[in-house]
Amino acid sequence: METRTTDLAPVGKRNPQREAVVENLQYLTFNLAGESYGVDILKVQEIRGWVPVTKVPNAPVFVRGVMNLRGAIVPVVDLRLRFGLESVEYTKITVVIVVTVHAEQGDRIIGMVVDGVSDVLNINNAADIKEAPNFGAAASTEFINGLVALDSGMVMLLDVDRLLSVEEMFSLETMRSSSSQAMAHAS
Amino acid sequence: MAIDIGQFVQTFFDESLEGLDIMEAGLLALPPGAADLEKINTIFRAAHSIKGGSGTFGFSEVTNFTHAMETLLDKMREGRLVVTSEAVNTLLESVDCLREMLVSLREQAAIDETQAENLRARLLRLLEQKETATSQATKAEKPSAPSPPPPSPETTDWRIEFLPHAQLMHSGNDPVRIFRELSTLGKLAVRADYHRLPRLADMNPEDCYLSWELELRGDASREAVAEVFAWVEDECDLRIEPLAGPAAPETQASTPSAAPETQASSEETHQGELVLERRKSNDRRKGDRRASAAADSGSIRVNIDKVDAVINLVGELVTTQSMLSALGTDFEMNRLDKLHEALDQLDRNTRDLQEHVMRIRMLPVSSVFSRFARIVHDVGGKLGKQVELIINGEQTEIDKTVIEKIGDPLVHLVRNSLDHGLEPPEERIQQGKPETGNIMLDAYHKSGSIFIEVGDDGRGLDRDALLRKGLENGLLKPGEDYSDEQIYELIFHPGLSTAKQISDVSGRGVGMDVVRRNIQDVGGNIQIASERGRGTKITICLPLTLAILDGQLVTIGQDCYIIPLLSIIESVQARNEMVNRVAGKNEVLRFRGEHLPILRLYELFGAQGAQTDLEKGLLVVVEADGRQVGLFVDDLLGQQQISIKSLEKNFRRVPGVAGATILGDGRVGLILDISGLIRINHAI
Repeated sequence: METRTTDLAPVGKRNPQREAVVENLQYLTFNLAGESYGVDILKVQEIRGWVPVTKVPNAPVFVRGVMNLRGAIVPVVDLRLRFGLESVEYTKITVVIVVTVHAEQGDRIIGMVVDGVSDVLNINNAADIKEAPNFGAAASTEFINGLVALDSGMVMLLDVDRLLSVEEMFSLETMRSSSSQAMAHAS
Repeated sequence: MAIDIGQFVQTFFDESLEGLDIMEAGLLALPPGAADLEKINTIFRAAHSIKGGSGTFGFSEVTNFTHAMETLLDKMREGRLVVTSEAVNTLLESVDCLREMLVSLREQAAIDETQAENLRARLLRLLEQKETATSQATKAEKPSAPSPPPPSPETTDWRIEFLPHAQLMHSGNDPVRIFRELSTLGKLAVRADYHRLPRLADMNPEDCYLSWELELRGDASREAVAEVFAWVEDECDLRIEPLAGPAAPETQASTPSAAPETQASSEETHQGELVLERRKSNDRRKGDRRASAAADSGSIRVNIDKVDAVINLVGELVTTQSMLSALGTDFEMNRLDKLHEALDQLDRNTRDLQEHVMRIRMLPVSSVFSRFARIVHDVGGKLGKQVELIINGEQTEIDKTVIEKIGDPLVHLVRNSLDHGLEPPEERIQQGKPETGNIMLDAYHKSGSIFIEVGDDGRGLDRDALLRKGLENGLLKPGEDYSDEQIYELIFHPGLSTAKQISDVSGRGVGMDVVRRNIQDVGGNIQIASERGRGTKITICLPLTLAILDGQLVTIGQDCYIIPLLSIIESVQARNEMVNRVAGKNEVLRFRGEHLPILRLYELFGAQGAQTDLEKGLLVVVEADGRQVGLFVDDLLGQQQISIKSLEKNFRRVPGVAGATILGDGRVGLILDISGLIRINHAI
């Protein structure tokens, strides 16, 4: 683990557009609603099957709850719901990718529910990573670090530090006038 | 074989701060006039260790400063200086100053040198005055003229014979380092004696075969020289003697002709003491080495008995485990009894082990109480009040985290009692009370909690003034009858706390809201009892430990929550006729003549499929901060000991939830935050 975390910093801060250094970058790719996404493999702690989690009151809808990861309490985020996609029933191949999310308060461990894990993507040339096009207001690209075009299709590389930032998740939720406000009215 | 000395720095700071506490306590207990040798010795030893340690780590500011203190103490110890309250106060201030220096050094901040220099000058002046005064009486003393460098009775040139034992370097000591240190004291000439060197073939490269003869010229005192060798004293033959020469001043021996022999022997004994002392601290250092590896995360000093108890229990646990695995290898149904037996034993072992491991975190409350002697001494003196501090139950043990959190609130409470509670002596005499006021500190265990009481026999709280103030601020409604508790409660109100108008209790509430919040943060609560003219007693109730608690599992819909057992009063099944609606909205339960607000947890938590009919569920009556509320849940499940895990670490604080735990089936359960829920209920 030690060596992995020390390697982690430079890769995470990489700006794919500017650096054309030939280097071996690895991304874990997974499926979500027919699309392929990738996440920096050094961020990935482990991959687990879905197990029922404990609901957290008044959390945003996409926070399914918290699970027990060998004694640590880890929140689980449904990525479909996070992206505002419709949810599906969890099946045998539904997996939780446990990632380390860098935050100001220190690193957090967060699980994300995806449809299924596909492959490990090797990128030998950082220049292969293209900047995500701006779709304007139509689609949010702020969580996307870049795109990689493959023969089989396109892989979107996710910035999990932003995507799973607890602060951002909650600010997003308050914008949507969330259940946390509903709670104040509850009784 | 150089060792990284950095790893010991933290130990040095820990021990030095501890040493300062010892010095402080000793100084406060030192009666002026009488020379209590035992106490002075204790103080002296603490100062000496700090000086030695700081020298080793090169904190010369600390060394110089402590040296001045030490010299003063040494004089007191030898009876050459009378213990005056002035001296004690100066020493107390020096302790404070030293503490600041150490803290600055630890945080690698700049040291306030002017303050240290002022105090040192005062110490030296004290030394000078007293010594000239006494030396007039006893002519044998050398007429001293202390100069800016620390005065020392025997300053001269030294011849040092240093014959290390072969194993010297095994313990990580390096003669070269010692010589380098010596050379800072003056002009050093070193002669090595290598006649003990064996043939190369017979030589063990890790042994030391050399010995040295050193000549040190300069203004070094014997102590300073001995100090350099302090770490190796038990690993070498060392002889330090004055260089016979014109530069050597006269020594304290009145008969110079007999000097060499008698002096040598007196040195021997003196040095013997030093060695012993050193060795002690050396041993402690060795013991602490591993424990303090994680330097900044804070360390804890644990009684060896506690550790032994844990080791014993682990032994039992291992036995039980092997018993179970033997049963498991070829299990048959007819041995079910045996299995149950073994499981019971496992249960017992686990509980015992848990209890004992938790006990490691427990420290006697005396570590907080001890500082109050100083506060009472200082503040009482400043206010011109005569105060006696009565401490009870200081051996009561509390979790380290709790101790750290309650220190400041307690200081605040004691200060309040001193400042506003106790009357000035004249007033006390008028009231027919003894002139000296009492401040009582008490700690004890009761029903799974720890109680700490801060009491005084002063004027007590002015109920009428508080009531008036409460009515003015609209916190109380006119015409209603309030109990004493409800009125005293007002002093915790932040709005009232800053108000200075209440004549008799002016300022009493300043910061009391902060005190209460701090206590609540560690899961405790605070209560006041007061009698006009007789005194005030504030009782703090704290949980025994923060990490583990007994929990009651309850269900709300499909979810399972945990209510800390300590906050549960009882559980009742409501009948509709017992329930009233206040203002058509808030439900209250009429119960034993009281009106109990009902909090429907499923509404608050947005739980699905929960019981909504009050008659079909259960009301768990819980209490926090002196207020009760009925939590409406579906059902009660079992009770379980739970260890509290942080929800914030990977997620965030959730209102109404104190933390999480792992349940027996491996799932996560959320622990309800009772005082948080009661606050939410009030806010609605």
